[in-house]
Amino acid sequence: MCVKAVPDAAGRRIDPATKRLDRSGELAISDFDTYAVEEGLKLKEAAGEGEVVVVSMGPEKAMDALRKALAMGADRAVLVTDSALENADVLETAVALAGALEQEGPDLVLFGQQSADGGGACLWAAVAEKLRYPVVSQVSELTVDDGSLTGKRQTEFGYDTIRAPMPAIVAVSDAINTPRYPSLKGIMGAKKKPQDSVGASGAAGPGTTVVALNPPPPRGEAQKIEDDGSAADRIVEFLVEKRLV
Amino acid sequence: MAKTLVFLEHHEGAVQKGSLGVLAKASQIGGEFAGAIVGADVRAVGEGVGAMVWVADDARLAAPLPQPRVDVLAKLVRDEGYDTVLFAQSVLAADIAAGLAARLGAGLNWGLVDFDGETGRAPALQDTVVVDVGWSTPVRIGLFRAGALDADALSGSADVRDASVELEDFSTAAEMVEQAHAEQQGPSIEDAEIIVAGGRGLGEPEKFALAEELARALGGAVAATRAVVDAGWYPYSAQVGQTGKTVSPKLYVALGISGAIQHKVGMQGSNVIVAINKDPNAPIFEYSDLGVVGDLHEIVPKLTELVRSRKS
Repeated sequence: MCVKAVPDAAGRRIDPATKRLDRSGELAISDFDTYAVEEGLKLKEAAGEGEVVVVSMGPEKAMDALRKALAMGADRAVLVTDSALENADVLETAVALAGALEQEGPDLVLFGQQSADGGGACLWAAVAEKLRYPVVSQVSELTVDDGSLTGKRQTEFGYDTIRAPMPAIVAVSDAINTPRYPSLKGIMGAKKKPQDSVGASGAAGPGTTVVALNPPPPRGEAQKIEDDGSAADRIVEFLVEKRLV
Repeated sequence: MAKTLVFLEHHEGAVQKGSLGVLAKASQIGGEFAGAIVGADVRAVGEGVGAMVWVADDARLAAPLPQPRVDVLAKLVRDEGYDTVLFAQSVLAADIAAGLAARLGAGLNWGLVDFDGETGRAPALQDTVVVDVGWSTPVRIGLFRAGALDADALSGSADVRDASVELEDFSTAAEMVEQAHAEQQGPSIEDAEIIVAGGRGLGEPEKFALAEELARALGGAVAATRAVVDAGWYPYSAQVGQTGKTVSPKLYVALGISGAIQHKVGMQGSNVIVAINKDPNAPIFEYSDLGVVGDLHEIVPKLTELVRSRKS
């Protein structure tokens, strides 16, 4: 079996709502994506065969971040990088990732629950549309057997169980596993694993624009205290003041 | 003038409040607007909406899965010339919106709290900045933040029209094996005036006793975050947040909750918010009325004792 994890290492940077904000500096693999990497590694270990490939889109330096996934145990990394994608939004990112994934021909594409901002957790569904794969999101339990997968996932109404044939796309929640820490040996070995940068094809330009950035609305007075042993008393005083006890 | 289509999510015969809020917003921005209801045996749901509603009624649409809904909405956009498609945030809606964006090559903005027909408004980066967002594509897709709009029902006359259903092969590949049903167990946290909520910072499931005892002392109910519900520490019916309940008590006490946006949208309507967390950088402190940086395992038992002694 071949499993592919797709941690979007630069996830927070491609949010169209934030693209003009300077979040440069070191890129790290999103915590949410480490769950996808872990799930991919577990599936490979359970099957006793297969390959876990990390695919991401971002600037050249994002490869450093992908190395964490390699250190965890992924076999190789593919980074879609193109100066035309610097301000990519979800639409462009989906097209770029789908292009790279098509080359790989995966059985399963895993995404992390990319929700570090704004509730725009939906990139996987756009990629699935481009690849014409079935998609299951928010999965907190995943089983794979004989060409199909079954995912349990949480929605607003409780838990659904969904089955889909592979190849398929699954976005996992952070309840699905506990990501392993890279071992020293893994970290040392990561540098030697294959790391390919590929250009993007067919970029259509972003579908969204940032018109203006505004400060958040002002909040009422808020207090923040550090516990010096008297916090419980302070809270009670506060509640009394607010007539809540 | 915008021609707007609003996806109306329904569950067990009722259109979700968030969707009705977006439909009301669509009615205010001018131009034509209509809702879209997709499912099996859902004509009656459409007749209760009080506006023009496209109904795609087909047995293959019974399960609330995103991809067949992309097919239906994409066809409506193409056949009827809609230039704006709006959604209320949900697990289902986010997947449909992104799939539709990819299908139509349409820009997608999410986390919207407002939209005037041209420009959307979306708080970002844990609400530290409010971004005015636009679209550069002929079709605009917008996903509203949960709870962003009041769910004013429209009082127009029902006008139900049939939407034709043509499904792609890959859209029907996924199948629902078991569908969630709203479970009702224990008292509802939605009606509680005081809520004590626990998150992963409690450390272990047994420590929910701390939250329960404090709630008892305060005369309130206990709630939980998605993380601890998913981990099996507490029942789903107590979950507050984007995929859980939306609450607005007089007092919300957050214990060991970092306060990510998904949690915030479920409780930001609380009158007074008190948070205890050992991480001084936890986002919840950004919107707490009283934030306490400290060890909840030390503070909460003392607090419970103090509240009890005040009341007795």
